[in-house]
Amino acid sequence: MENRPQWGSRAGFIFAAVGSAVGLGNIWRFPGVAYENGGGAFFLPYLFALLTAGIPLLILEFTIGHKYRGSAPLSFFKMKKGAEWLGWWQLAISFIISTYYAVIIAWAMSYSYFSIGKQWGEDPLTFLVGDYLKVVDPGQVGSIVPGVFFPLILVWVITLGILFKGVKKGIEAANKIFIPALVILFLIIVVRALTLDGAIDGINAFFRPDWGQIMNGKVWVAAYGQIFFSLSIAFAIMITYSSYLPKKSDITNNAFITAFANSSFELLAGIGVFSALGFMAMQQGVPIDEVVSKGVILAFAVFPQIINELPAFSGAFGVLFFVCLTLAGLSSLISIVETYVAGVQEKFKVSRTKAVAIGGGVSAIISILYATQGGLNFLDTVDAFINNYGVAFAGLVEIILVAWVAKELNNLKNHANGISDIALGSWWTICLKYITPVVLGIMMVMNVMTDLKTSYGGYPVSFNFYYGWLVAIAAIIVGILFAKLKKWDSSLYEIPKDKGGF
Amino acid sequence: MEASAIVMMVVGIVIIWGGLAVSVIHAVRKSRAQ
Repeated sequence: MENRPQWGSRAGFIFAAVGSAVGLGNIWRFPGVAYENGGGAFFLPYLFALLTAGIPLLILEFTIGHKYRGSAPLSFFKMKKGAEWLGWWQLAISFIISTYYAVIIAWAMSYSYFSIGKQWGEDPLTFLVGDYLKVVDPGQVGSIVPGVFFPLILVWVITLGILFKGVKKGIEAANKIFIPALVILFLIIVVRALTLDGAIDGINAFFRPDWGQIMNGKVWVAAYGQIFFSLSIAFAIMITYSSYLPKKSDITNNAFITAFANSSFELLAGIGVFSALGFMAMQQGVPIDEVVSKGVILAFAVFPQIINELPAFSGAFGVLFFVCLTLAGLSSLISIVETYVAGVQEKFKVSRTKAVAIGGGVSAIISILYATQGGLNFLDTVDAFINNYGVAFAGLVEIILVAWVAKELNNLKNHANGISDIALGSWWTICLKYITPVVLGIMMVMNVMTDLKTSYGGYPVSFNFYYGWLVAIAAIIVGILFAKLKKWDSSLYEIPKDKGGF
Repeated sequence: MEASAIVMMVVGIVIIWGGLAVSVIHAVRKSRAQ
């Protein structure tokens, strides 16, 4: 019988789950998405999506991991024999994401250093693209960029070092430091941002409702997309993490805490980012909408510009901001790598050390591609396609498989209700059986139509084909192949020893 | 700030941060009762 690793405390599990959910997207994606989709009015579809998809899906994944006590492939295999491939597909998606996610953390590390003395100069965008990343045309690889490569090594040393130490002494211990530190540092940033001239104008722009947008279907899809991508759903993380919970665990409330903590941080990020943008708009004498951006440009071009214009302690503000990005990224990267470490360890019966060395090592080597001069172009395309046609599509297949093919929703509901304080009613089943698949299906169709009409990011069609569509399809093929590679060890069918509840 | 923006800010804060507070308090009370 397997002696499965286990979290040391409930707080340890929650810190790890929140650490996974709170990532770069909370800071650089949510504020921009909310602003573009109706500002304050966006909160209605956002909250509706949180309650009808985010929390129900999180409860579903926590319950799957807890009931079947295995990595995603093993859990899906135990649920339905032919479903193992879905778990491997999700692990392949996690693997691909980890290869470029590590590189963004490496950029954040570099920028923590660049903040001292504002080394990006007067034109942060030119510095980012030209001086720092030395970007070449799409499709060209160019040479390795030392300024990205060396921090990247540090990112992998930290991540794999934590994973080598195991679930309790590694992941749990690290997140118990990372998450409180992240919250404290980010609160300092928000308080500083709120005291800047123009901050109120920024917050006003962020929360001002544009009710005309509320009937726009795209706004609702954006809200569901934000909740879905933000909660680390459908790339095997929450299944893996909850498989390390003891038998007696309040699954439902754990999901509520994780989801609300993630949204709370997003809201805080929105207030902080728009306060800073309000300040920048006032300094430049332009309307807010001229300075609003999101993603890489917001973090690595607009924020350095804001830091340039700060009246005092600007370097310290920059260090705090980029250390926050680094911490948020690291806690998420650890969870992403853990998914395939757990899968490889169980399927091939190898030690955790070997699984971390092989899985993490291969991912680290591939990540060097993104540390080249062509890295930003590869990263942009792979990220867009693996999210839209990897994560979102795997989520749709997961919910259809669980709800409609395996018809497991009632069994999972009974399992969760047997150990949780908050009983799941028919609302949970309705949300997962009807609302979530319909919205995810619409999201998929809209994404396909957009990408067929226009080439993503203005890149050449062939570039998006090889590094977008093919990468997303490769993840599915890898999933199917891994499911056929080797049979599970029969000892894994048994319920692992439990070390008490909390 | 505009009144409508203040209302939406309060709604967001009350539901999201309030939801977090309620679920954390529930977990803490349960752990103390055990």
